[in-house]
Amino acid sequence: MGISNLIFALCLATASFFFGRNVIKVRQNIMLGRDIDRSDKSRDRWMTMLRVAFGQSKMVVRPVAGFLHILVYVGFVIINIEVLEIVIDGLIGTHRVFSFMGAFYNFLIGSFEILAFLVLLACLLFMIRRNVLHIKRFLMQEMKGWSKLDANLILIFEVVLMSAFLLMQGADLALQGLGADHYVKAGSFPVSSFLLPLFDGMSIEAIVMIERACWWFHILGILAFLNYLPYSKHFHIILAFPNTYYSNLEPKGSFTNMASVKNEVQMMMDPNADPYAAPVEAEDAEAPGRFGAKDVNDLNWVQLMNAYSCTECGRCTSECPANQTGKLLSPRKIMMDTRDRLEEFGAHVSANGKDGDDGKSLLDDYITREELWACTSCNACTQACPINIDPLSIILDMRRYLVMEESAAPTELNMMFTNVENNGAPWQFPAVDRLNWKDEA
Amino acid sequence: MAEMMAKGEQPDVLFWVGCAGSFDDRAKKITKAFVKILNHLDYKFAVLGAEESCSGDPAKRAGNEFLFQMQAMANIEVMNAYEVKKIVTTCPHCFNTIKNEYPEMGGLYDIMHHTQLLQSLIDEGRLTVEGGAYKGKKITFHDPCYLGRANEVYQAPRTLINNLDAELVEMKRCKSRGFCCGAGGAQMFKEPEKGQKDVNIERTEEALRIQPDFIATGCPFCNTMMTDGIKNKEKEEDVKVLDIAEMIATAKDL
Repeated sequence: MGISNLIFALCLATASFFFGRNVIKVRQNIMLGRDIDRSDKSRDRWMTMLRVAFGQSKMVVRPVAGFLHILVYVGFVIINIEVLEIVIDGLIGTHRVFSFMGAFYNFLIGSFEILAFLVLLACLLFMIRRNVLHIKRFLMQEMKGWSKLDANLILIFEVVLMSAFLLMQGADLALQGLGADHYVKAGSFPVSSFLLPLFDGMSIEAIVMIERACWWFHILGILAFLNYLPYSKHFHIILAFPNTYYSNLEPKGSFTNMASVKNEVQMMMDPNADPYAAPVEAEDAEAPGRFGAKDVNDLNWVQLMNAYSCTECGRCTSECPANQTGKLLSPRKIMMDTRDRLEEFGAHVSANGKDGDDGKSLLDDYITREELWACTSCNACTQACPINIDPLSIILDMRRYLVMEESAAPTELNMMFTNVENNGAPWQFPAVDRLNWKDEA
Repeated sequence: MAEMMAKGEQPDVLFWVGCAGSFDDRAKKITKAFVKILNHLDYKFAVLGAEESCSGDPAKRAGNEFLFQMQAMANIEVMNAYEVKKIVTTCPHCFNTIKNEYPEMGGLYDIMHHTQLLQSLIDEGRLTVEGGAYKGKKITFHDPCYLGRANEVYQAPRTLINNLDAELVEMKRCKSRGFCCGAGGAQMFKEPEKGQKDVNIERTEEALRIQPDFIATGCPFCNTMMTDGIKNKEKEEDVKVLDIAEMIATAKDL
């Protein structure tokens, strides 16, 4: 074990520490949400996760983007086996520690190279899609600034990492050919063998330099990328899995019945209820929460996890009937706003404690009322989301706040409510006329 | 329902008419068409009449959970008192609410959309449908969000259209990717927010692109929105918007 192994171990430990700390911070923020029970149906939940996240079943609805995404996804999952070898090599000073596997190892390395090449290609195509082709969902208002930069940074990261990997492989192959010490003859090089001419005429020392530089650059790049994740929409590569596991399994049209309202209504409609009875105070009773959601801590933790899982692909928005007809509403923006507000609120809470009020809220400071009232509740967004994010439930919870806490529904809707209350129909017709159709021609 | 109960009878199904089907002039035609089919088959059904009340769907989607739960509880009380087991409705919004949101409040019913009931009657051989006026015509089906995506009923209405010997043509956005008519989420009862165009116009334009003879619907609200869209485009002469129940009733000369 030499000094380089020590440096490597130190880098690995630092990267893991900071990543772990950020993951805990995200978890704490998600836990600021209200409780919701999603511990049921674990079998269905595993199946949903396997199908939707692992199996990418909803990605392929759009074949071009879906296919390219699967290349990058498979590349990411499989090339991680190579990262494991790199980490072991880095810690104990071996070179290609898995090479004892012989032919199977050669097969693995060969497929890593092909995948790395395909990932590289897919990322370049993604960059073209994002920056050159005019694809509407990448050019909307909410995609300006950091979101655009973030998306491009991720792609640049991946292109650079894959290039370093392939160059490292090429240098390794050259060294194997020259019979350099330490460089065991192992692996297959279907892509990087095309890079061999680059090393023509170089000394062994120079090629070793290149190989080592790429090796370090590649692994340090991966560690840096890992630490970039919690600050980026790219966090979806981890959260997509729990997000699909905990996603709503009920029919899409089934909206939750609010338990807090149920108690009130039951009491109201129970002829035996004592209107003067003192409310039953449970020992651990919490202060009654708001009806609906004004801020992120009125939402439940699944909705908050949704916000961190969103990778801003915009499929929801591009299927949203309100957005497609020029309304302000964009389901993607709802998720991005929820995440941004949660980051802000979480930072405020960790500085000032849980009850600290920073004078801002998700409603009005981030999401306007006009956006909320434009929704037709058609579920196109939840259907479109490749990882089962549910923007509609947030919209509904915020409408609930507006109606039940602020009585701030649009006038026409207030008239509709009055009609339903008074004559049991959204229009002003008396209930006794319900059967009139029977005798009409 | 009250009359049947008084005679000690139980209907095979309760027909939940819904507010649109009871009051809206256009939707009442759908109600009547469906009832004609049931009567033609001597299907024993009942309606609640004045005892029916809004299912609470528009209140709930607009965020008024109090009003929704009050409506739900009142309706459940009435239906449980009549020992209702099976329900059919021509409105996907009532269908969705009663199917998915009433059970937790104590209302456990076996509920079907009318296209599902009609399909099962055809499967049983009780109802026979021939094309009649619709034979060979181009019909497209506009998926109601609360029937389709919300409850994944895509096939029953399409099977019925095929039974009419018509040519079923799909719009680009159909089934799970169907495009909303613009009425859901209580939008029916308010002006749309500002935008470039109304949702129903966008959907009507999409339907007109495939040049159908008929736009088939399975929801009174979609029907209104699409009818308005066709009027807006001044295509009333070329394209008719009809509920599938109306098509079947007409095909059978009822």
